[in-house]
Amino acid sequence: MTEMLEAPATVEKQRRGTRRAPRPTEPALQARAAAIDVQIEASDPLLVFLQSAPGPLEIGALPAFSPAAARMKEQGVQMVVPLITSGELVGLLALGARLSERTYSRTDKRLLDSLARYAAPALRLGQLMRDQEKEARERERIEQELHVAQLIQQQFLPAELPELGGWHVSAFYRPARTVGGDFYDIIELADGRVMVVTGDVTDKGVPAALVMASTHALLRSTAAVVTAPGEVLRRVNDLLIPQIPMNMFVTCLVLVVDLETGRTQFANAGHNLPFVLRGGQVTRLEARGMPLGLMPGSVYDEHEAEIEPDDIILLYSDGITEQHDTDGEMFGFDRTAALVAAATSGDDLVDRSVDALGAFSAGVEQEDDITLVTLQRGRSGGYHDTASFTVPSAPGNEREVMDRVAAIVDGALSHDRLEALKTAVSETAMNAIEHGNRGDADLDVTVLVRRTAASVVVEIGDYGRGRRHEADIPDIDLKLAGLQPARGWGLFLVERLVDRVEELTAGDRHVVRLAMSVSDGPGDDDPGGEAVAHMSTREGEAP
Amino acid sequence: MSLRYEVGKRGDIAAVRLTGTIDRDAGDALAAAYAAAESASPAVIELDFHAVDYVNSTGIALIVSLLARARAQHVTMRAVGLTAHYQHIFEITRLSDFIEIVQPIPH
Repeated sequence: MTEMLEAPATVEKQRRGTRRAPRPTEPALQARAAAIDVQIEASDPLLVFLQSAPGPLEIGALPAFSPAAARMKEQGVQMVVPLITSGELVGLLALGARLSERTYSRTDKRLLDSLARYAAPALRLGQLMRDQEKEARERERIEQELHVAQLIQQQFLPAELPELGGWHVSAFYRPARTVGGDFYDIIELADGRVMVVTGDVTDKGVPAALVMASTHALLRSTAAVVTAPGEVLRRVNDLLIPQIPMNMFVTCLVLVVDLETGRTQFANAGHNLPFVLRGGQVTRLEARGMPLGLMPGSVYDEHEAEIEPDDIILLYSDGITEQHDTDGEMFGFDRTAALVAAATSGDDLVDRSVDALGAFSAGVEQEDDITLVTLQRGRSGGYHDTASFTVPSAPGNEREVMDRVAAIVDGALSHDRLEALKTAVSETAMNAIEHGNRGDADLDVTVLVRRTAASVVVEIGDYGRGRRHEADIPDIDLKLAGLQPARGWGLFLVERLVDRVEELTAGDRHVVRLAMSVSDGPGDDDPGGEAVAHMSTREGEAP
Repeated sequence: MSLRYEVGKRGDIAAVRLTGTIDRDAGDALAAAYAAAESASPAVIELDFHAVDYVNSTGIALIVSLLARARAQHVTMRAVGLTAHYQHIFEITRLSDFIEIVQPIPH
């Protein structure tokens, strides 16, 4: 019998040949074969011994204190042939008793020695190929995991930036190859203010992406209930603690901006402090606090600042400040502040930051995700006009809503866009009357209209739980064939007639927000599935 | 009633002139208009929207129902006088795949 053992390894050995073997044919041998395991530990002195062995060795010549030698002896091994190539022991041949029951002759040993010289390099080659395949599979697994992480992360980054009255928003995100846990979000609050969030999860890959997704969802759901940034962080921290893995945490900055006054409240959970550019001077919004997910019961101080017309705020992740160059130097806060000082606009700041960081780190792999979000207050301030009214939930009042909204936004939209908005308003109001408020005339439908130089936003509120969603996308072929009811066009029309439809909760009211840009062209930002997203939206700039 | 109608005949075309609003209250008037139009066994029923000031999603559903009846009777439906906006709505609902649209009103 012959068995090739790789050392150190677990191998199976087939024993063949017994005294009474009538005919050593293959089937008969298979029938008497017995598998054994021989584990040669890396610390087994047998390895050192065989490394310098001159050739085939009787089992009795092996060190008696070797556990592997003892085990081989127990299992009938009589001869061991070390397989050595390039001075390295890569395996061994283990042989049981000869079928003839004679001892191994000198000729046998020469033959085995010769065989070992051919077998050793072949075995080594096989080992190398196996290692390479294993490495390739591992690389593939890691790449797949990174791809999944990237997909998760992109799923939770804004697909488009909202239009903010009088403010200009710009954002850039580029994941590192290993995918960190950066995220940002812009949440329009029911009271018209805007919550801007940036965060960074420690760790990388899928674990970071999952925590990022979880944090993102907690921030969104919390912002629907409370809007004070410190309280948002406090609640999210307490909700995150039970679910975040050990040794992971999340840095997060929350700003709540009143678009009309520039009054900005903010709180910080260990994230980079945002820079503010005002009149050529760079300052930072100072706020500190414990990262999320570290300590139950953490509280977060709330701070307030007034953002004036033309001010630019930069929110950023440490992927910028902690990026190294080829000499090992970090980009740092000073370089970042210098970029802010030289900025002429939010877009300009993002563009120049990306360029500067690229030049700085040329020849070095991007170490972490890079996120940049800028907010720039326009000269015109916030919304030009805001009007609100209510109507009772009586059938037909949707037309009153439509006509009054049309009167308020008169002149702001082209004829076609106004007609489209009117139909969307009418349909949304009808949904609020008939389904949200269930036709109860004691319940009002609330209507808020905001006009800016760049857009019209109409918010229609009711006391229901949400829009009545049709079960199926209306399909006229199915309707004509009697396979769908003739009705069910309302939401379909709304979604196709305005630029954006959103649903939100404001206290006990459910609100549908319809947004219509004054320009005829559709938005030109579609970061979609791109790994690199750079978006901006401008609205309400002074003429 | 939010919707009124008049039915005239032009060769094998039954022309239905609609006036007012096509919404939830227009169901009876539309059904009556269609019945009056089909009584002449026309090859084409032409709905004239020149004097229609408002059509909502319920009105679209009523028009879909009329179209289904017309198709069952192998009668062609045609729409005239749609504004650009309602022509757009006919397009996004794909009513325009089944109803021939003639001469939208320029605005």
